Amino acid sequence: MEMNEKSTSRREFLTAGLLAGGLAVVAGCSSKKSPFDPEAGDQVAASGEKVKLLSVDGEIIEVDKAFLKPVPDLPQVSNEAARIGIPGKKFAMVIDLSRCKSLKKCQTACNHMHHIHPGQNWIKVYPMQDAEHTSPYWQPTTCMHCDEPPCVKVCPVDATFKRQDGIVLIDSDRCIGCRFCMAACPYSTRVFNWEEPGLTKEIADKPYSCETSVPQKKGTVGKCDFCPDMVRKGSLPHCVSACPNGVFFFGDMLEDSVTNGSETFRFSDLIKDKAGYRLMEDLGTKPSVYYLPPVNRNFPFEKHDEEDSTENKSTSKS
Amino acid sequence: MENLEKEQIVQDLLPQEFGKQGKIWVACLVTLCLIGFAAYCHQLSKGLVVTAMRDYASWGIYISNFVFFVAISLVGSLITAVLRLTDVHWSTPLTRIAEIIAVSAITFASIIIVVDMGRPDRFYNLFLHGRLQSPIVWDVIVITTYFFISLLLLYFPLLPDLKIMLKYKERTSKWMYKLYTFLGSFWKDKPEQFSLSNKAINILSITIIPVAFSIHTVTSWLFATTYRPGWDSTNFGAYFISGAFLVGSGGVLVAMYVFRSHYKLQKYITYDHFDKMGKVVVMLALLYLYFNVNEFLVPAFKMKKPEEEHLKGLFTGEFAPIFWFAITTSMLLPILILIYKKGRRPFPAFIAGILVVIGSWFKRYIIVTPTLLHPFLPMRDVPANYHHYFPTWEEWAICIGSLAGALLVITFFARIFPIIPIHETITETEEHEHDKK
Repeated sequence: MEMNEKSTSRREFLTAGLLAGGLAVVAGCSSKKSPFDPEAGDQVAASGEKVKLLSVDGEIIEVDKAFLKPVPDLPQVSNEAARIGIPGKKFAMVIDLSRCKSLKKCQTACNHMHHIHPGQNWIKVYPMQDAEHTSPYWQPTTCMHCDEPPCVKVCPVDATFKRQDGIVLIDSDRCIGCRFCMAACPYSTRVFNWEEPGLTKEIADKPYSCETSVPQKKGTVGKCDFCPDMVRKGSLPHCVSACPNGVFFFGDMLEDSVTNGSETFRFSDLIKDKAGYRLMEDLGTKPSVYYLPPVNRNFPFEKHDEEDSTENKSTSKS
Repeated sequence: MENLEKEQIVQDLLPQEFGKQGKIWVACLVTLCLIGFAAYCHQLSKGLVVTAMRDYASWGIYISNFVFFVAISLVGSLITAVLRLTDVHWSTPLTRIAEIIAVSAITFASIIIVVDMGRPDRFYNLFLHGRLQSPIVWDVIVITTYFFISLLLLYFPLLPDLKIMLKYKERTSKWMYKLYTFLGSFWKDKPEQFSLSNKAINILSITIIPVAFSIHTVTSWLFATTYRPGWDSTNFGAYFISGAFLVGSGGVLVAMYVFRSHYKLQKYITYDHFDKMGKVVVMLALLYLYFNVNEFLVPAFKMKKPEEEHLKGLFTGEFAPIFWFAITTSMLLPILILIYKKGRRPFPAFIAGILVVIGSWFKRYIIVTPTLLHPFLPMRDVPANYHHYFPTWEEWAICIGSLAGALLVITFFARIFPIIPIHETITETEEHEHDKK
C-alpha cells in the first residue's frame, strides 16, 4: 500500500519534472527576445487556443498555442563528450519476458532508426527453451552494456568504450575492423559491416556520431547503443517506444526508476518482486540488462510461420 | 664429412643459379602470389563481404593461416637457440634453414593479419590509440620483437660467409656482389669480431626463447581470453607452443629434403640428420598429442552444456572429417612413419614432414572457426548463409598466395645466400679432424 503511494507520487513528480523541463527549454530559447513578445522575430498572431503548462513554481499557467515554438533538435554532442557520457546517470534496461510474443516491432524500429544493413539486426528475438521439459519463451536481446565488458577489454584501439553512465558505444571512425570484440562478446550482439551499408547519400555523408551510431561504415563493427541521443532528448530508446506490449523498460538505476512509456516502476522493487535476473551471470560480465522471468504470460508461445524457414534450433545452450 | 677439403666445401655450398626446375618453381610461386594479390585488391574495393566470413563465423582461414605462420616461425628459436644453448652440434647445417623459415613466416603472419582487418587503412590507430590491455597489442609488440631478433640471428652467422662469397667474385652477379659488400664488407675474420659475434649470438639465443614462447602464447590468448567453448582453456598456451614446434620441425624436414636433393647437398645434410630430426618430430608429435588429449578429453568427459555442441560437432558432426583428418595427418601418421628407423630415411621423412605441415594447417582451421559457429545463444535473426562457413575463392587465393610468398622468400634467400653455413661447416670439419688426431 505504502509502496503504491510512493510510486504514484513518484510518477507525478516525474511528469511534473518533464513538463518543467520542457518549459525551461521553451524559456531557454528566449533568453534574448521573449517569444511572448509579438514584436520578437516572426510576427505571430494569437490564435486564441490556450495550452496549460506547469510553471517552474508549480503553478499551472495558460499560454496561447501560437506562441509555443517546437524545441529544435539539440545539436549532436561531440564525440569527446559522447565518450564521457551523461553525468550522474547509470542506465539500465528491464525486459519482461512474460509480455513478449515476438512481434519484433523493436527490431524493425531499431533497424530503421539506425539504418542497419538489411538482414542484420542489433536486436534479436530468440525462441528459448532451457531444457527438454521446460516451457519455451521469447527472449529479445540488446547489447547488455556490461559493467565488465569483454569487448572493451579486448579492443586494441579503444574504439569500443564504456561510459560513466554505463553505456558501451563504438567509435566507427576509429574501429580497425579486427573483430576481436565479436569473438569476445558471449551474447553475440555485435554485427559487422561486411560491405558498404548501402545508405542514402544524405545519411552516408553525415559525420559519424557515437551516440546515434549513424552512419554505419564499411569494415567496422556495430551494435545496440541504448540510444543515448534519444535519452539526451528525454525520450526513450526506439525499441522501448516501439514495443506495443511494453516489454522493454528503460531508466536510470541511480534514480531507481524504469519506464516503458506508459508504466513506471521503481527499478529495485520490480527486480525484487518479479525475481529479475541477468543473462550468463556466471561469466562475470555484469550486464545492465535485466530480465523478468516468463511467468503469468500475456501470450502463449507460438512460433510464427516466417520462423523455421531460415532459422534452425530453438533450444538454448546456456 | 671426413676428408672434405675446405675448397670443396665452399664450392659445394656457394649459392647456385636457378636451373630450369628452379625457374619453373619461381614462376609458379610468383603467379600464385599475383593471384593472391589480385584477390586482395578485389577485397579492398568490395570489403570483407567477398569472404565467406559473416557475423557468427567472424574469423576464418585468414586467422587460422595467421596462427599457422606464427606457429611455423617458432622453429627458428628451437633449432638455433634451444639446440645451440644445449650444445647440440648435429643441427648446425640446419640452423639457417630454420631461421629463414622463421623470418619469412613471421613476415607473412604480419601481412595476413592486415588482410583480415576490416579497415587496414586505419592500421596506424594501433600506434595512435593502442591500449596495452588488449592481447592484440601484446601480439603486435612480441611479433615485432621476434621478427628483429630472428633477423639478427640470421644475419650474424652470415657475416663470415659473406666474406667468403666476396672472395668468389666470379660466382656472383654484380648486384649480389654489391649486396654482399653492403651487408658484410666490414667483416675481416678478426678474432675480436668472432668473439663479439659469438657473444651477440648467445645473447640473442637466450632472449629469443622467451620471445618465441610469448608470440605463440599471446596468439593462443587471442582465443583463450574469450569465454567461448573450445577456446576457454588454460591449456591453450602450452597446446599452441607444442603444436608450433611440431609444425616448424615438420617444415624443416621438408626443406632439408628439398634443398638436399635440389642442391646436391647429400654430403652435408646426411641420413644422420634425417634420423635425428625425425626423432625430434616424433617427440614433438607425441607432446602435441598429449596436449590434444588434455584439450578434448577433459571437457568431453564433463560435456558441459555449452561445450557439448562444439565437441559433438568436432567428433562426429559437421567438422568431424577435417578434425580427424588433421589429427591423423599432423600427429598419428607422422609418428607411425618416423618411429621406425626405415621411416627416418630422407624420402619417408620428407613425406612425414609434408603430412605434418598440411595436417597442422587444417588443425589451425579447426581451432578457429568451429568455436565461432557454436555461440552461447543459438544463431538467430541472420540470413541463412550466416550459419555456415566455407571460404570463397578470394580467401583461398589470398591464403595460398601468402604461403607461396613465404616459399618465395625462402627460395630467393637460398639463391642469394648459402643455405648451409659455410664457415661453420668448415670450422666443425676442422674440429672433427682435430679430435680424430
